[in-house]
Amino acid sequence: MPLTFNLTKQTLEMELSGNFSSYDNETEKTALFNAAAKARNILVKTSGLERWDSTLVVVLYELAKRADKQKTSYDFSSLPENLHRLVSLALEVDRNPPSPPSRTTPWLEALGGWGLNIYTGFISGLKFLGRLLTSIGRFLTGKAVMRPVDFLFALEDCGYRAVAIVSLVSFMVGLILAFVGAIQLQTFGAQIYVASLVTIGMTRIMGAIMAGIIMAGRTGASYAAAIGTMQVNEEIDALKTMGIPVTDFLVLPRTLSLLITMPVLTVLADFMGIFGGTFVGTVMLDISLQEYIKFSVDTFELDNFLVGVFHGFLYGMIISLCGCYYGVNCGRNADSVGMAATKSVVSAIVWMIVVTGILTFIFKVLGI
Amino acid sequence: MNKQQPEIEVNNLTLGYGNFTLMKDISFQVNKGDIFIIMGASGGGKSTLLKALTGLLEPFSGQICIGGTDFTKASPQQRNQIMQRCGILYQSGALFSSMTLAENIALPLQRYTSYSPKLISELVSLKLALVGLTGFEDYYPSEISGGMKKRAGLARALALDPKIVYFDEPSAGLDPISSKLLDDLILDLNQSLGTTIVVVTHELDSIFAIGSNSIFLDADTKGISGRGNPKELLKNTQNPKLREFLTRGGEKNA
Repeated sequence: MPLTFNLTKQTLEMELSGNFSSYDNETEKTALFNAAAKARNILVKTSGLERWDSTLVVVLYELAKRADKQKTSYDFSSLPENLHRLVSLALEVDRNPPSPPSRTTPWLEALGGWGLNIYTGFISGLKFLGRLLTSIGRFLTGKAVMRPVDFLFALEDCGYRAVAIVSLVSFMVGLILAFVGAIQLQTFGAQIYVASLVTIGMTRIMGAIMAGIIMAGRTGASYAAAIGTMQVNEEIDALKTMGIPVTDFLVLPRTLSLLITMPVLTVLADFMGIFGGTFVGTVMLDISLQEYIKFSVDTFELDNFLVGVFHGFLYGMIISLCGCYYGVNCGRNADSVGMAATKSVVSAIVWMIVVTGILTFIFKVLGI
Repeated sequence: MNKQQPEIEVNNLTLGYGNFTLMKDISFQVNKGDIFIIMGASGGGKSTLLKALTGLLEPFSGQICIGGTDFTKASPQQRNQIMQRCGILYQSGALFSSMTLAENIALPLQRYTSYSPKLISELVSLKLALVGLTGFEDYYPSEISGGMKKRAGLARALALDPKIVYFDEPSAGLDPISSKLLDDLILDLNQSLGTTIVVVTHELDSIFAIGSNSIFLDADTKGISGRGNPKELLKNTQNPKLREFLTRGGEKNA
């Protein structure tokens, strides 16, 4: 693929001959462009040109663009008809981008934007909570626009379909709790108190936390993704223009079903955890089953149990709020659906921990 | 003349989903350099046929030969090789939303060629210039309009200088001017690159403006009920259903 050219009296004569498919000779191209920069006139001969593809068009396109910039005249009319057409098609600019989008922001602006984002996010989250509460109010007065079948589907999904995974994980957590406790307690010969440790730990908080984390990953993310995809498909817009409140139609059934199932799942997690502890106590620590159960029942307190269930109820609210909020506020492309799912899980878990901290303080003051 | 050489040959193809047969024993051929229109009413199986041609759907039976190789029986590597010579423009562009236009177009070039990064970026600029999007390299798909997305999708389809380009409903969702510009672009590319073009559409204006050959799919007979140059079909066809289609139900209204 020889590309030859010579520059005489400010006229660049270039000749193309042979095969120009996959032409990628950087040095030759640079030499050509340098020569063209000095020319006032460019002529092209292609008598021996055999095969070519886009890589040759790139050279001619680049040459023509540079020539246009320097107001050098060029004559491509001797190119094969189709090659000439292609170059002129590429040179036809029918619209220019308004202004190149800027991707970098100065640090101060970025910091301000970050703060502002957090503030507006918090406010719009509160507004969303307000809308959800009015929806619940409408539901209680029987005025909400909610299809019962949506509610039943949601109930099924975060109800018995979640039983297996919640049971398995809480059983394992009970097991781990007992193991870790036993190592310390054994040094005092007090391994029997493993039963108390596991019972108090699981019922007071661990059962609710485990159920909450599993449901945030399993159900919260699915809410965000499902509602986010509806946003991408303009289904949310359709609901709004039909005058159906999004919180009634999409958020309410999901929230109600989580509010119902989360306390139940918490109770399940409590007992599966205690069962896991019993397994370690009787099999590994040689405590008799009767003794273990007696110690467990003795330390079991209704206060702790109810505090755990209350936590579960609040977690249900947080998970559905985060999932639905990020779904409804999702962007319009595939990327933003993924982002919405991630944010919903992360913020649900963060809020669960924050709320637990606040509640623990309140219960401490109240002496519960 | 290489005009009459077949680029795509379809023999006794039967297509469908599950237990449902959509098309039975259809045969046709697309010649090199043709602009071939697959037309038919909505739900007539146009898009399904395109899926079969591009390997997204396994046919029940029959044969699809592309460039002389049997596509239906080809090994995954052979299939990949054939698909490298085909470009596809999906209905809404199908650009990857997390990549800029330049990255979208560079993807097939990086995957299938050993060109230097500089040449790849020059090729990307050229392809964008060809579809009238000079200077839009660093934009994300969400920052441009629907018509521009389609053009960018076409630039990506053209990245590897394909022998065949498939268009799925090119004028869907475009205003008449943009859709005319896209038709002109299809004609330009067909004439300057000699690319064989297969278009699935029911847009009558496009069909008559660009089509050099066509088939009409009929959902009721599950076969082809008309073939040839669309302009001649309009003059000569005896099939009342095809006539109604090509005249926008004109005869009934008259």
